[in-house]
Amino acid sequence: MSAGLVAPASAVDVVVRGRVRRGARRRVVVAVLAVAVVVLFAVTLMVGQTFYPPGDVLRVIAGEQVQGASFTVGRLRLPRAVLAVVAGLCFGLAGTTFQTMLRNPLASPDVIGISTSAGAAAAVGIVLLGLSGTAVSTLAIGAALGVALLIYTLAFKDGVAGTRLILIGIGMAAMASSVTSYALSEAGSWDFQETLRWLNGSLNGTTWGATVPALLALVLLGPVLLTQTRNLSALQLGDDTASALGVRVERTRLLAIVAAVGLIAFATAACGPIAFVSFLAGPIAARIIGPNGSLLVPAALVGALLVLVADLVGQFAFDTRFPVGVVTGVLGAPYLIYLIARSHRTGGSL
Amino acid sequence: MTTDHSLSAEDLTLGYGERTVIADLDLVVPPGRITAIVGANACGKSTLLRSMTRLLPPRAGRVLLDGAAVHRMPAKQLARTLGLLPQSPIAPEGITVADLVGRGRNPHQGIFTRWRTEDDVAVAAALQATQTTELADRPVDELSGGQRQRVWIAMALAQQTDLLLLDEPTTFLDVSHQVEVLDLLTDLNRSRGTTIVMVLHDLNLAARYADHLVAMSAGRVHATGTPEQVLTEDCVRAVFGLDSRVIADPTSGKPLMLPLGRHHTAAPAATAVEG
Repeated sequence: MSAGLVAPASAVDVVVRGRVRRGARRRVVVAVLAVAVVVLFAVTLMVGQTFYPPGDVLRVIAGEQVQGASFTVGRLRLPRAVLAVVAGLCFGLAGTTFQTMLRNPLASPDVIGISTSAGAAAAVGIVLLGLSGTAVSTLAIGAALGVALLIYTLAFKDGVAGTRLILIGIGMAAMASSVTSYALSEAGSWDFQETLRWLNGSLNGTTWGATVPALLALVLLGPVLLTQTRNLSALQLGDDTASALGVRVERTRLLAIVAAVGLIAFATAACGPIAFVSFLAGPIAARIIGPNGSLLVPAALVGALLVLVADLVGQFAFDTRFPVGVVTGVLGAPYLIYLIARSHRTGGSL
Repeated sequence: MTTDHSLSAEDLTLGYGERTVIADLDLVVPPGRITAIVGANACGKSTLLRSMTRLLPPRAGRVLLDGAAVHRMPAKQLARTLGLLPQSPIAPEGITVADLVGRGRNPHQGIFTRWRTEDDVAVAAALQATQTTELADRPVDELSGGQRQRVWIAMALAQQTDLLLLDEPTTFLDVSHQVEVLDLLTDLNRSRGTTIVMVLHDLNLAARYADHLVAMSAGRVHATGTPEQVLTEDCVRAVFGLDSRVIADPTSGKPLMLPLGRHHTAAPAATAVEG
């Protein structure tokens, strides 16, 4: 075995220097993204109808009673900001997992109908079945897993072909959003705000009750995906190569799909399918970080940034307040069109 | 050391969905040698290679590595002994050569193992062997076809397996790069004793570079043995349905197949030697 281990020091040096350089670039970008998330999180807590300085915000978080700030920051802004970060991390992680695994930026859960199905199930649960709370989340999660399984089964033929899966998924998304529209048309006016959340995604009126399940899902399922980092990187080289490198392809794919769908479903049950965050996070992270290792962590951070920025823009940039999903939708749609146009120009499949 | 490894298939039946591609195939790979598998399109050559790395579970029969069924072995353990370079591996956008070659270290790493010095040394040795050290920091997308193929072979070398399977390693390469790749594989075989099994389209290159030839036809082994035993006019007719002349290659002494089409073959060559 040791026969293959001869390499001149100069060649080893080239390898080590390249690896250290790529690692350093990666660490800097991840650190900058993390700091940006913290800063925007703080800004979300401070600004609003009343501005509270960082000192007041910190005291509220530490559990002290501060006149006015305790309610506004502690009850209204904190759950909203935490959910923005948690949902962004969930959407970013899950989106880039799907895109990496299926080797296609179009294969994100919000394009192939998984987020939309979770949203549709929640809308049906609230409006038609009169459910609330945990029951709604459960229904959303069941629908997301069911649809993911259905898409996977329909697309399966001698292994899963990316293009077939994406086209079937786009069909599923269309069906799910028509279900949401139907539920919406049946809604009484008191349900309207609530149901709108399931169409576009919104952080308005976020409570701790909605935030905590999503946070738990992130804490439990996020690490599961992180343990698959190397396997997912190997899957990028094609199923045959990954298998030759000792990756159990179907098992890795199943584990990644279940974990990613779980993240999407819990986040969606809390704030609706915030449009295009899963879809945009991975490609943006790839642009920033370059080909320097796994995208999971950077894409998660970009997802959190997107939701925080879009929510601030939606709340304060215009005279009218827009839900966060409207802002991310406006950002994401042109990129979707660009990707489809590009794949047609290059003569490639989707 | 590598001559200790035995790789064989016993009564192997493989297929996709309803379709059976290989039926009751028996094959013994000679250890420490270069084996080339040849045959017409869709005769099951690639399917056989895929099955040997456990990507395709057998319908019946088994593939044995050192006496153990590969489909029962832990994936990483198998991947430390047996490597496979598929026909069309995918390079992620923008990935650098050294990074791609480093992926070959996967079977030697656990979930939480950090990158170790031995990984660096293995990558450097693989780059050195394939003469791609100077390309280490270049993106794979920017390389020529021949360079890219050497980089993929480097990835398989970084895996440090004693057996290496390659599915048409010379496809899409011009003739000089084909020879370059086959020379490289011969070097590997001679200097390290790596057992090599490759699917090749070009019968003449297969006959020149392989110690052992396997001719497949319709999911079965039609003939197996030295190039002289296997590459005969009868065999070419049976396997490819093509009339041909087989002469001794004036440069290597190995058999050289000259196809007889319907045109341009007016007179049999006076110098032809029956194979």
